[in-house]
Amino acid sequence: MARETCGILSRTNLHRLLDALSAKGYRLVGPMVHDGAVVWDTIQRVSDLPIGWRDHQEPGRYRLEQTGSQEVFGVVHGPQSLKPFAFTPREPLLQIERSKDGFTTRSTLPQSEKVAIIGARACDLAGLAIQDQIFLQGEYQDPYYATRREGLFIIAVNCTRALQTCFCASMDTGPCAKNGFDLALTEVDDQLLIEAGSESGSDLLSALSLSPASQGLTREAAARGDACAQSQVRQLDRTRLPQALHEAHEHPRWDDVAARCLACANCTMVCPTCFCHKVEETPDLTRQNSEHARLWDSCFTQEHGYIHGKNIRPTIKDRYRMWLTHKLASWIDQFGTSGCVGCGRCITWCPVGIDLTEELSSLLKPSEQPSVLSRQ
Amino acid sequence: MSRLATDDLESQRPKLGVFKFASCDGCQLSILNLEDELLVLGQALDIAYFPEASSKMNPGPYDIALVEGSITTEEDAHRIRFVREQAKVLLTIGSCATAGGIQALRNWADVESFKQVVYPSPDYIQSLKTSTPISEHVHVDFELWGCPIDKGQLLRVITDLLAGVQPRVPVESVCLECKRRGNVCVMVTKGLACLGPVTRAGCGAICPSMGRDCYGCFGPTEGTRIGPGLPPNTASLGRHFHDGLHLIPVEVLRRFRGINGYADAFKQESERWEAKK
Repeated sequence: MARETCGILSRTNLHRLLDALSAKGYRLVGPMVHDGAVVWDTIQRVSDLPIGWRDHQEPGRYRLEQTGSQEVFGVVHGPQSLKPFAFTPREPLLQIERSKDGFTTRSTLPQSEKVAIIGARACDLAGLAIQDQIFLQGEYQDPYYATRREGLFIIAVNCTRALQTCFCASMDTGPCAKNGFDLALTEVDDQLLIEAGSESGSDLLSALSLSPASQGLTREAAARGDACAQSQVRQLDRTRLPQALHEAHEHPRWDDVAARCLACANCTMVCPTCFCHKVEETPDLTRQNSEHARLWDSCFTQEHGYIHGKNIRPTIKDRYRMWLTHKLASWIDQFGTSGCVGCGRCITWCPVGIDLTEELSSLLKPSEQPSVLSRQ
Repeated sequence: MSRLATDDLESQRPKLGVFKFASCDGCQLSILNLEDELLVLGQALDIAYFPEASSKMNPGPYDIALVEGSITTEEDAHRIRFVREQAKVLLTIGSCATAGGIQALRNWADVESFKQVVYPSPDYIQSLKTSTPISEHVHVDFELWGCPIDKGQLLRVITDLLAGVQPRVPVESVCLECKRRGNVCVMVTKGLACLGPVTRAGCGAICPSMGRDCYGCFGPTEGTRIGPGLPPNTASLGRHFHDGLHLIPVEVLRRFRGINGYADAFKQESERWEAKK
């Protein structure tokens, strides 16, 4: 069978793609409207997807709107990136049991599961690539992450509409998926242009026997992606990073943002790349058994900055500065890429709407002006 | 040091006393709600004094005293000193004991006028003008927040004490629990005035999981009377309730002056809005 890399599926035939995935044994996961946003959930059929819905996002605000159209992928994203699929919020690591001469441990490696995720965005893929780098590459591979990760089949959707909070174009991560997907869709009116990005993706594409994409449709899809990039109102100026941010360590803007930041950790929870975690021990009352588990943690908590006998980041200013400096500057020194993919989730899901692009642009300006709050 | 000495643990089952002050008994009921673990708990501890559960009331001293309720009468102000003397480790359980409880609303009002309105013979009522947390009266070794407390946290603290280690509960915001559960933020999507960002985790984000805003029953995240850290940024959240979510000053005041209204951080914030009323 000839491998195919591109094809067209009419929107009314989207179920054929879902059926093909189900036939291959995948559990289907897609965005579903839930409590006023979209969240990842198991889907059975096309009508489970957020048809006709669109999201409007701005700092500290998220609203869905039903447009009445047949658009399937009109919602750009919800609070979750791809992070929870491989780096789960709580991962039991070991079961520990007391024995006569000490203790024994049993690994609680999860079962590998085949999961097809429909509707990942370019920023999500960029985030996942960074998480892969952290958990899978380098000297130590995380087996829990690896087991969950290997079962994922990712169907990306190229963005043709930017949110007010999007700035992936300036981070060079989107709005169109470049790699890291098995299939990528572009919804062009009632047509879906499908492109394979992996061997298993092209196998699936071949099995669907789609009609080849016309040049016109391919051009139109690319044009819509370009227009989406052009329409982004936010951007992050990376030209002077990381050095300029390291040099801004004593900038008065940190006091200003600390007066607004709640240290609630929402930005880090929704960030596709934030990987901080803590390990907790849960013994039972008999003290014969204990569960050793990993939980999502955040550099904004009091405990995160605690080392023996001292908290090295006691104030909110210390914590915000630590987070932003790591995300945009020392991440580059550490991993060779930015820790930010431009998805804008930290802007939307910050309860008080702190915008990191705005904070960075203030921090990179000379600090002659006293901060807004210290003037009051 | 809020831990039991190794000698105490090895010699016999540590003695537990459960004491009630001004409260609704809900936190004591959380102990009885530990249905699956109650038998093991009874084996691990000598439950010597727990009038809510048993009429057998053995005298102290006690290795562990769990104290529910706030101090609202002269008599209780004396009794808590006696409890402290009898206890090696004293833990407060719940918002009343830890921060004065909902009854601390009286601290901003005139108790005498309440008495006149409520009771046919107000002279019989002997009550202090204020409701205050246990830690304003005696040294407290460890505080468990919540209205009521989380039974899992209680069990964990007792397990830690039995293991001879310093008890620990997470000092982080409800938002972390919400996001770990995959909840959608009620403030960002619905504009609800949620106290989650400045409230201590421990409840498992019950209210937001039901689509409701957190009302702070686990108290401020950090920087509490005997806890680590600095008080949360209630000023920013209060400002956002007013400027962003369009609450009027008295509504902002009421958000902070609830179950844990007398906890320092929430008290200061409500008083800031009192001045703007």
